[in-house]
Amino acid sequence: MDDILLLEAIERYLSDDMSAEERSYFENLRKNTPEIDQMVVEHNMFLHQMDMYAAHRNLRHSIHDTHQRLLERGDINEGAEISTRGRVIQLWNKYKRVTAIAASVGGVIALFISGMVMYFAPTVNGNQLQQLSNDIAVIKKNQQVQGNLINEVKSKLPEGVRFVSGGSGFLIDPKGYIITNAHVLKGSGAIVVNNKGQEFNADILHIDQENDLAILKVSDKEFVPRKSLPYGIRKNSSDLGEEIYTLGYPRNEIVYGMGYLSARSGFDGDSLSYQLQMSANPGNSGAPVLNNNGEIIGVLSTRQSSAEGVVFAVKSRNIFRMVDAFKKADTAAARIKLPSKSTLKGTQRKQQIAEVEECVFYVKAFAK
Amino acid sequence: MKADSNEQALLKGLANNDSRAIETIYKENFNTIQAFILNNNGSYDDARDIFQEAMIALYEKAQSESFVLTCQIKTYVYSICRRLWLKRLQQLGRYTNQVDSLEETVPVEEDLDNHEKRNAAFAIMDRAMNSLGEPCKSLLEGYYLKKLGMQELASEFGYTNADNAKNQKYKCLMRLKKLFFAQYNIGE
Repeated sequence: MDDILLLEAIERYLSDDMSAEERSYFENLRKNTPEIDQMVVEHNMFLHQMDMYAAHRNLRHSIHDTHQRLLERGDINEGAEISTRGRVIQLWNKYKRVTAIAASVGGVIALFISGMVMYFAPTVNGNQLQQLSNDIAVIKKNQQVQGNLINEVKSKLPEGVRFVSGGSGFLIDPKGYIITNAHVLKGSGAIVVNNKGQEFNADILHIDQENDLAILKVSDKEFVPRKSLPYGIRKNSSDLGEEIYTLGYPRNEIVYGMGYLSARSGFDGDSLSYQLQMSANPGNSGAPVLNNNGEIIGVLSTRQSSAEGVVFAVKSRNIFRMVDAFKKADTAAARIKLPSKSTLKGTQRKQQIAEVEECVFYVKAFAK
Repeated sequence: MKADSNEQALLKGLANNDSRAIETIYKENFNTIQAFILNNNGSYDDARDIFQEAMIALYEKAQSESFVLTCQIKTYVYSICRRLWLKRLQQLGRYTNQVDSLEETVPVEEDLDNHEKRNAAFAIMDRAMNSLGEPCKSLLEGYYLKKLGMQELASEFGYTNADNAKNQKYKCLMRLKKLFFAQYNIGE
């Protein structure tokens, strides 16, 4: 009972509810009894805490209400249908005709716009971007020049087929999994050629048009799997200005090129790729882009036709993304293990090239 | 400068729990945050949670006496949400290679620490309140949270007079304090 009286006194004292006389008596009491002083402090803090707690609860309520209100009004959208069905039905009955008209107008506009986009988009890109795969004309010429050679070694190409495009590719798993650009694989099948001119049959496992990446698997018995890969594939983004190099097959022999990373996004702000400053030619498509540590930071894919030396590479992060997606879709992919560590760190560029060279392949796509 | 005074007014409204101000801030910022969360492995529910948490952090910031607005509300809310979301992702151990962001951010770590401390205290209060039982809980809520008068409470809870109700209230309060401080002091 005493405690209650004391508590009441403290509360009245704190809320300034005492007469002057009572107040001075209490203050005196407080001064002389440390326990009471302690209780006053504690209770003051507790009341403050309660106030804040109350304010918080009210705020949470009003925020929650606001959310519901905005949701109902359609100012924000959570992708789900609106919960207050009764009102929706009322509104629907009321605005049925207006909605129908609006919907059909919307539909027509949507069709029109998508038509416009379809009509314009490819032409814009087509003019400004050039895919770096070899087209048929180039290959034809190569074949003429090298015709004898190919006949001599008896090509692995199935009979009665013709080349449609060519590019580069590189191993992402020593067991013979090769990655290249999706646009390199224009035909129905492909063979790969190593840096010594040896040809191997390969199966197209997976094509991801969105990321412009594709996976091949060397199916040839003559192929000797490597123990490990010298390079790693970089998971994180790379820095602006980083020095980079590439190895690819713009001709029948492997060609080295170097440059630097000039922008973190690709053509027209495309966040899936980097912009690089280097020279690249048709046939470089699908070639690995490596940094000084021997880490693969991207896959060379396109160049801007209106500017000199402006090249775009698909970011290496997308390789992980694509392989993950592929693994989910197909159990055959479970064996792919991407190299994450580069063993080339701190070695000379010449030595790096000598090791990487063996893992870069010339990809030739053919059609019947 | 007009925008600035506008934002100040909004914050003042928020600090006073004014529903118009809350609605305006909500409307202007929610969609950006939702898009950000959805683009970074989150769901609609996550977006709502994170955004509402950020609103409360902003409210706390607006209430503190030392408060100065050094950036736009938009930037502040985005920074808080980004930080909260990164933390949440880390806790869940989800794949967080890099959260995509093109917006500018301001450092908010300190504010968030304070916010979390407060949240912890509120959680203790919540637990204490809920373990009180009736009629203590409603009585205390009525007096301290809804700020009802003793007379009103007496009639609502069926006490014969205000003094009886008051007596009961203090008994309840003592229990609540005991429950609260038992937890709170451990936390300190």
